[in-house]
Amino acid sequence: MRDVPMHYCPGCGHGIVHRLICEVIDELGIREKTIGVAPVGCAVIAYEYWDFDTTESAHGRAPAVATGIKRVLPDRIVFTYQGDGDLSAIGTAEIIHTANRGENITVIFVNNAVYGMTGGQMAPTTILGQRTETTPWGREANRDGYPLKISELLSLLPGVTYVERTTVNKAKNVLITKKAIRKAFQNQIDKKGFSLVEILSPCPTYWHLSPIEAAEWIEKEMIKYYPLGVIKEK
Amino acid sequence: MCGNEAIGEGAIQADCQFYAGYPITPQNELTAYMAKRMYEEKRIFIQSESELSAINMVFGASLAGARAMTSSSSPGISLKQEGISYLVGCELPAVIVNIMRGGPGLGNIAPSQADYFQATKGGGHGDYHTIVLAPSSVEEAFNLTMLAFDLADLYRNPVIVLGDGMLGQMMEPVNIEMATYKNKKINTDKDWALTGCRGRKPHVIRSLFLEEGVLEEHNKKLQKKFQEIKEKEVRFEGLCLEDAEFVLIAYGTVSRICKAVMNDLREKGKKIGLIRPITLWPFPERIIKGVAQRVKGILVVEMSAGQMLEDVRLAVEGACPVDFYGRMGGGVPTEEEISKKLSGFKAV
Repeated sequence: MRDVPMHYCPGCGHGIVHRLICEVIDELGIREKTIGVAPVGCAVIAYEYWDFDTTESAHGRAPAVATGIKRVLPDRIVFTYQGDGDLSAIGTAEIIHTANRGENITVIFVNNAVYGMTGGQMAPTTILGQRTETTPWGREANRDGYPLKISELLSLLPGVTYVERTTVNKAKNVLITKKAIRKAFQNQIDKKGFSLVEILSPCPTYWHLSPIEAAEWIEKEMIKYYPLGVIKEK
Repeated sequence: MCGNEAIGEGAIQADCQFYAGYPITPQNELTAYMAKRMYEEKRIFIQSESELSAINMVFGASLAGARAMTSSSSPGISLKQEGISYLVGCELPAVIVNIMRGGPGLGNIAPSQADYFQATKGGGHGDYHTIVLAPSSVEEAFNLTMLAFDLADLYRNPVIVLGDGMLGQMMEPVNIEMATYKNKKINTDKDWALTGCRGRKPHVIRSLFLEEGVLEEHNKKLQKKFQEIKEKEVRFEGLCLEDAEFVLIAYGTVSRICKAVMNDLREKGKKIGLIRPITLWPFPERIIKGVAQRVKGILVVEMSAGQMLEDVRLAVEGACPVDFYGRMGGGVPTEEEISKKLSGFKAV
C-alpha cells in the first residue's frame, strides 16, 4: 500500500477494504505476482493506493479483463475490485459467466447499496425504502424492482468455489472480513477456483448519515436483507 | 480455405496467443477455426458470453503481454467499440476482425462495406484512429492478418482487419509457406505489460487521467503516434495509372469487380486505371491527390451509400470530377453496372 492520502469520504469503507487487501497480499507474500483490476466507481483510482501492478477496466468488465490476464498468466494472482453498480448492474453478464467458467480469480465486491461516484443514485443492491437521488421517496419494488442478491445467485453456479458476505462496520467484522479476503486469495493460490467476498460497506455521504449512524444502519437495516456469513464453500 | 479460415491461420502464424469470440454470421468459420487451431497449438481460446466480454478479455490478455485477437461482424463490432476505445486509451495492441454484413440494425448476413466510417474514423468515443487493413483476396487476408499483429505491437494500438461477408466465405488457395508477408514478431518483448512487479516498480495501465492537463498531453501523444502512422503505413495497389484517363477507386472484394471492369474496358481501348486502398486508415490520399491532377474523372465504387467516397473527395479537393456507384444492404455491384456508371463520364 502506498503512503498517500486517500480521496474517500470520512466513514467510507473503501479505505478499510483497500488496506485489508494489501495486508493479506503482504502476508501471503504475493505482492510481486499480483495484478489488480480496478473498477469504474469510487475505487476507480485504486491504482493510486495499491503498490502492485494494476489496471482499470471499463465499467463492469473487470471479470472479463481478469479472465484475459489470468488465462495468459496462470501463475500470477489476479483479482477484481468492484462496487455494486459495477458488478451487479452493468457487469452482471461478466461476473456470472466468469464465475460460471470457474475462472481461478478472486473478486472483492464492495456493496454500499448506492452509486457513490456519480452522486448517490439507486444501485441494484439499494434496499427497499432506501432513499437515493433516483428514488427520492424510497425504493419501491413494483417500480424499481427488488434488491439483487448477487452473491446468493452466484453461489448456485457449479463453477463457484467460495462466496462469503461480510461487513466492515465494526472492528470485529473488519477482522472477519480480513479472514474472508485471505481465504479468497489462498483459494486462488491453491488453484481452487472462483472466490468472491461481498463486503457491506458504509457510504455515509449518500446515505445522508454520520459515519457512526452509517455503521449502525448496516447492522439494523442492511444485514436484515443481506445476511452475513459463508454462502458457499466447496 | 475460406477467407475466415485464412485470417485464423494468419493469426496462428503470427503467434496469436489468445483469442476470444462470440458467434455471428458471416464470420463463424473464423471462431470455429480458432477453436480447433488454438487447442492444437496449446494456446488460449475462449467462447465469450458477449462481444463486450470478448473485447475485454482481449484487453486483459493484451495488457498481460500476449498477442490477442477477437473477431465479429458488424452488429457485434458495434458492441466492441467501448473496448476498442479503451485499448487505444491504454495503448494496448490487439487485432480485431470485422467481416462486414448489411446494416443498419440487425440488417442481414450478406456482404457489405457499410462499416467504413466506424472503422476508419474511430468508432468508439474519444479522438482516435485504429489502423484498418482491407484484404481483397483470401491469400491477402492471410498476409494482412499477420501484418496486423506486427503493426499493433509496433504502435501499441488496435488494428482492424476489415473484410466483407463475401471475402469471409469465398474459397481460394493460400500458400502458407510462401507468404508474401513474413510476420516479424516485432516489439513482442513487452516491458510495459502487467506481469507482477517482481524486480521493478509496479506498472499501471489505465485510460483515466483526472489531473488537470494530463489527459490533453496523453491525447497529444496519441495524435503524434497517429501522425507517424499516417506517414509510414499507407498501403495501396495502383493499376494502369500511368496513362489512365479515368480511375476506379474501390477496396476489398469490390476492387476485384472493378479490376474485371478495367481489364474489359482496356481491351476495348479505354484508358482506365484502378486504385485499391489496402490501408483504409491511414488513407492513401497522396496517390489519389496526385492522380486527380491528371485524369478526367474518378469513380468510387463501394457496397455502401458512399463512405470512402468522402475521403476520396477530400484527397481530390475538386481537381477532377468524382462520381460514385454503390449498392447497399447486401447488394453487390456488377461489372455491367459499374461500366454503365463509368460511361456517364464524358469521353469514356
